[in-house]
Amino acid sequence: MKRRNALCLIAILLPFTACSGPQYALDPRSPASSSIAQLWWVMLAIASAVSLTVVILLLVAIGRARRRERGEDVREIAGRPLVLTGGVVIPTIVLLSLLVYNFRLGASLQSAEADEIGGLTIEVVGHQFWWEVRYPGHGITTANEITIPAGEPVRFLVSSPDVIHSFWVPQLHGKIDMIPGRLHTLMAEADQPGVFRGQCAEYCGMAHALMAFWVEALQPAEFAAWVEARTAPPLEPEDAQVERGRQVFFEAECGDCHATRGAAAPAGSGSAAPDLADLATRRTIGAGTLPNTPEALARWIEDPQAVKPGARMPPTALEDAEMQALLAYLGSLR
Amino acid sequence: MSGPADPTMPDAAERAELAELDRTWGSPPGFVGWLSQVNHRAIGKRYLATGLVFFLLAGIDALRIRLQLAMPENALLGPEPYNAAFTMHGTTMMFLFAVPIMEGVGIYLVPLMIGARDMALPRLNALGYWVYFIAGTSLYIAYFFGLAPTGGWFSYPPLTRAEYSPDKGLDFWATMITFIEIAALVAAIELIVTIFKQRAPGMSLNRMPLLVWSVLVMAFMIVFAMPPLMVASGMLALDRTFSTQFFNPLLGGEALLWQHVFWFFGHPDVYIIMLPAFGILSMVIASSARRPIFGYTAIVLSFVAIGFLSFGLWVHHMFATGLPLLGMSFFTAASMMITIPSGIQVFCWIATIWNGRVRITTSFLFAVGAIITFVLGGVTGVMLASVPFDLQVHDTFFVVAHFHYVLFGGVVFPLFAGFYHWFPKVTGRMLDETVGRWNFALMFIGFHVTFFPQHQLGFLGMPRRVFTYLDGLGWGELNLISTIGAFVIGVGVLLFLANAISALLAGRRAEGDPWGADSLEWATSSPPPLYNFQRIPNVSSQNPLWRSDPDETPVEVELRSDRRETPVTALLDARPQGRLVLPGPTLVPLFTAFSIAFVFLGLIANPWLVPVGALLTFGCIAAWAWPRDWNVDDTGRPGEGARS
Repeated sequence: MKRRNALCLIAILLPFTACSGPQYALDPRSPASSSIAQLWWVMLAIASAVSLTVVILLLVAIGRARRRERGEDVREIAGRPLVLTGGVVIPTIVLLSLLVYNFRLGASLQSAEADEIGGLTIEVVGHQFWWEVRYPGHGITTANEITIPAGEPVRFLVSSPDVIHSFWVPQLHGKIDMIPGRLHTLMAEADQPGVFRGQCAEYCGMAHALMAFWVEALQPAEFAAWVEARTAPPLEPEDAQVERGRQVFFEAECGDCHATRGAAAPAGSGSAAPDLADLATRRTIGAGTLPNTPEALARWIEDPQAVKPGARMPPTALEDAEMQALLAYLGSLR
Repeated sequence: MSGPADPTMPDAAERAELAELDRTWGSPPGFVGWLSQVNHRAIGKRYLATGLVFFLLAGIDALRIRLQLAMPENALLGPEPYNAAFTMHGTTMMFLFAVPIMEGVGIYLVPLMIGARDMALPRLNALGYWVYFIAGTSLYIAYFFGLAPTGGWFSYPPLTRAEYSPDKGLDFWATMITFIEIAALVAAIELIVTIFKQRAPGMSLNRMPLLVWSVLVMAFMIVFAMPPLMVASGMLALDRTFSTQFFNPLLGGEALLWQHVFWFFGHPDVYIIMLPAFGILSMVIASSARRPIFGYTAIVLSFVAIGFLSFGLWVHHMFATGLPLLGMSFFTAASMMITIPSGIQVFCWIATIWNGRVRITTSFLFAVGAIITFVLGGVTGVMLASVPFDLQVHDTFFVVAHFHYVLFGGVVFPLFAGFYHWFPKVTGRMLDETVGRWNFALMFIGFHVTFFPQHQLGFLGMPRRVFTYLDGLGWGELNLISTIGAFVIGVGVLLFLANAISALLAGRRAEGDPWGADSLEWATSSPPPLYNFQRIPNVSSQNPLWRSDPDETPVEVELRSDRRETPVTALLDARPQGRLVLPGPTLVPLFTAFSIAFVFLGLIANPWLVPVGALLTFGCIAAWAWPRDWNVDDTGRPGEGARS
């Protein structure tokens, strides 16, 4: 009996052993996520008490009924007070208090959105299956990686031109859907500098599982430096290999969809594919699918479908020398 | 009330009457005769068996899903097969298993429980079944031929519009979902009429068994919830086939419109399938505790309250869609409020057990497992009613865990409790109790091993509907545990099948009332005769087999044996009012179902087939309405009319 209890305990606790990860909502790094995590812990306490009480009552009831079945004289319980207390009075009190807690929290999260008019605004557009990121105040366009200043509220304006996606960085805030034809706002603020992972949370088609992104929060001064670097005029290629790579980029028709700095994508292509202006500085490629290394990049260019089935990018067959040149050029985009 | 003293040795007149009843209520032999059956128990059994087959098919998809997610970057299923698997799993469980099987429970048990010989509209009953059968099989035939829908069971546009999902799979989904709701509506209307007008004399509304009450509320909910779904899926089919733009925001449509209409159906639907399950639990618990249910009126009022409230919750599926907070707060309050009737039921069950003399059967174990699981799913449901909290866990595995808790606790475990409880009545054979206990233990433990860790996966940031996940996110171990649990459930279900098959082949014979239960279905033999009751019973209490009121004078209802007749009684107090003459076996419902299917399949294949199907349907309806001799009072030779 003892051993069975111990086993049960392990079984119950096991799920809580895995308590980390770059998308762990209960390891909050922002005021919003912290208050939601706190709400969870309060609700967990209440829920555990309620469930435990019900289960214990149920087991006691079975025990009593078994004893009566065996012929023992067991006193009956007054059903009406039990049902009224357990089914009406206690739930009403608990639920009303939870309701008030929730309304207050919901209102405070929303007023945080309304108050911050002046801060940084970032537009995020969900595409099948990547994220377009624009800083309208600075004229910066990038993809799949968002840089924000720590300690300041940032306004995210999210939308989608194709299907419904959902913008979610668990450590910074809850999710907000990106619905075609609508523009939604989410205010988020990172407490400290750090790196957080986000992922599309609304099923959006074949490669939905591989549509992630990273958010990096920098100290405000570093963030200013980042903005400056991103908005400085692009350097001309200084070595022949990079120059050759740029030619390959356009010969292989990469430039038909991808913009790079100093070379916008052709008119009409819209934002068909991620802007590669700062590709070399990114952590990952394929919207969080592969680490950003030359080998991975080569694999991706040759056959994106093998890495991320459903991705819109066609395969590109290149000679080895051309590939090396292209990688050198892409490596120079920073 | 009955004639001879010794029921085993009926006299000659009695024997002649029974033989005539058998002839009247029987169907022609052979396969065609089988297809032409319209008796409620035949249809009910078909619903139950077909529903069980779809449960197994959807279960196989669930295991494939779990295998793919067992480890990070697994290559077992690609994205396309995986997306098809979760779409078909959800679609099958909701539309082809849960709703139809609950209708099957109602269609099989309600007439027996209220002491009727058949349902009010037997041919409509058969039509409903054939529609369900055709819709379900065509979806699966398409699936096996690679035409799988991949839009998820709630198919959000624009993803499900033709631009983003050009395959025929979604056309099958949209049209078959529209089509299958005919079956649900037909069953609902029949159940309402039958419950209102065909109860045995004396069974006033406040003496109806709780399962009948729950089926009644379910039927009314279907009448109000299914038409919105048909409208939504019909609009989607039009968007796909005829290029209407209901859900295209670029041309003035609205993507969110779908979500509102779909969830206006979708949330009541959850309670549509849970209410009969609550009814089953109430019956099983009272008969296991061997005392009348505590708080009959409170439970009935809870059913009705749940029925109403469930129509005011749908926006809690849409908290992340950027709706105004004030509006969403209303739905938070309503979602929390529905806990109260559910809680009242749970405490009524506890009080019933507490003051009873419980006999622990497999059925009772499943009922207890259901309550525990349902409570755990209920508390996370209250959490999800919170807008800020929902923004974090919406569309993650936390929600997957939550609704599987609610659906296993509120549908699957109660159904298995019901299977073990009524299997003897349906088949005349007893299921093995030892195997039953193993069956329960495996399913219960397997369930919690599968789904408890998924709460944590949600917090770790795992969204639902991902065919794979990268290493390093910390999701691997919990997913592996979950997969192991899923296979334990699978073994449990196989054990149930083995138990059922061996009981059918060589099980102990069941008596009329093996559990000593209180409701009318136990007053007849197991399995019941084709006509359910030779003499229509009289009811003078809520528990007719346990006690009857000596002060009430029994009413003898005279029914003819040479044609299908069942008594008609008043809505409130079940005063006898007359007799209803019912139609006998016919193939017309089958043909009608195929003609309507032609219309819907025409929508997918070629719009020109639609008028052809409509014409065929018209012909079938004309044949249906053609005057028959069972409507005529004098049919010549006895029994002839009923079998023509």
